[in-house]
Amino acid sequence: MAPGPSVISSIAKSAAVAIDVVDARVVYEGTPLFERLSVRLDAGTTTCLLGPSGVGKSSLLRLLAGLVPLDHGRISAADGAPLAGRVAFMDQRDLLLPWLTAQANVALGARLRGEPIDRVRIASLLAAVGVTPRAEARPAALSGGERQRVALARTLMEDKPIILMDEPFSAVDALTRLKLQDLAAELFAGRTVLVVTHDPLEAIRMGHRILVMTGVPARISASFRLADPMPRDVTAFADLHRELLAELGAGARPSAPAPAVHGARAS
Amino acid sequence: MKFARALATAAGLLLLWQATVTLADLPPYILPTPLAVLGAWIGRADTIASHALVTAVEMILGFGLGAALGIASALAVASFRPMRRWLMPLLVVSQAIPVFAIAPLLVLWFGYGIASKVAMATLIIFFPVAANFLDGLRRTEPGWLDLAHTMTVGRRGAAFRILWHIRVPAALPALASGLRVAAAVAPIGAIVGEWVGSSAGLGFLMLHANARLQIDLMFAALLTLALFALLLYFVVDRSLTALIAWQRETLPSDTATVSLPAPGGVR
Repeated sequence: MAPGPSVISSIAKSAAVAIDVVDARVVYEGTPLFERLSVRLDAGTTTCLLGPSGVGKSSLLRLLAGLVPLDHGRISAADGAPLAGRVAFMDQRDLLLPWLTAQANVALGARLRGEPIDRVRIASLLAAVGVTPRAEARPAALSGGERQRVALARTLMEDKPIILMDEPFSAVDALTRLKLQDLAAELFAGRTVLVVTHDPLEAIRMGHRILVMTGVPARISASFRLADPMPRDVTAFADLHRELLAELGAGARPSAPAPAVHGARAS
Repeated sequence: MKFARALATAAGLLLLWQATVTLADLPPYILPTPLAVLGAWIGRADTIASHALVTAVEMILGFGLGAALGIASALAVASFRPMRRWLMPLLVVSQAIPVFAIAPLLVLWFGYGIASKVAMATLIIFFPVAANFLDGLRRTEPGWLDLAHTMTVGRRGAAFRILWHIRVPAALPALASGLRVAAAVAPIGAIVGEWVGSSAGLGFLMLHANARLQIDLMFAALLTLALFALLLYFVVDRSLTALIAWQRETLPSDTATVSLPAPGGVR
């Protein structure tokens, strides 16, 4: 049933690219959201950006997506080529167009670019996310989980080496979220992925790296590297979970560092 | 059920009408009885039909032209930013001058025939269509536009495709509101034009009958006009509802729940 990786991605693993954000400042209505912010997204890995609401993590993602202007600093890809046109964006809302069927929504990017629509690829992507029987349904007839699956397929359809996800599964129930996290981890493997989230468990489940963003103006206050393969059993990470909550300003700091985790607190 | 209710309302109104005439002992040249009006309607059916045809053509042509002009100007303003500065004042001015005030001018310019009435109906219909559609075009869900932006970075003609595939469909419900208002006011333009100067049409027939104290004929013409107005409204309303069937489906609010897994409680 699951199509081969060649259908899901035409991007070779070597094409995955690291991204550097250096000394960035973003100003919103006269107030800086963050200043002197430097972040590196490693090539072909999933970085989870964790932070409380309103800290500016979504702005960082929108900055990378080219949706907000950079006030100061620079963003560059490791291969020197511009970022524009190599990014696929997935919002916490599914952003499906209500007048289009699921498969027409997946084809949106091609349609907006005036490209021919690859129906075979759409069908296999819908199969990969498990909504083949609902291909002809409009978003209103789909469940919240199905809608996010279609949004995942639409993101994959773009076939970009860099994927930006803004709290992608915050609007679905807990069980559906677990399934979608696993699905996304599987389908986006090999790409450079940034997941913005306020949920430590989601970060532990999906990230190769976890960055914690706190403060006003915001900075990266801690970073963790997780070695375990995905999808991860989060119960093994109770200590990390506690530490992340502490970083976010909720809960006590653990006495000992968690095993199998290489944590580093940034100064 | 709905039909029965409408029938009951109509019967009640007719009864009230008859009662008023009988109890107040009104002469037929002030208020004829419903039966007298029905008699005039049947007895003068040829006259009424020939005049009604003229008014119907004026209404339909005015509606078509006004709607087309309104849609075209809203699209022009939405797609070319500089157009707004030129067209918006024109839009407002077109409404600042009451159509009643320029009716004699239009008759002077376009003659006593059908053209001056069509012009008047067009002027009245143009504004609600243009204003509502433009409103809809300017209030596209920002998330959709963000998504479209990341999908089309650096592509030529993307703005037009985004307009056509996202902004216009998204604005259809707003356009529909404008068209419904337009359908409701279409008869005003035609009738005012006929009152100012004409030799045919239901407005002309009413003035003519009024001057000769044929009040039953006047009422028969008025009823015919009301019937036409209702018919136009329902045809427009039904077609629009069928055209944007997806809108009703999207109205029930998203029932997806936002729930965070309890810390450490995910298995």
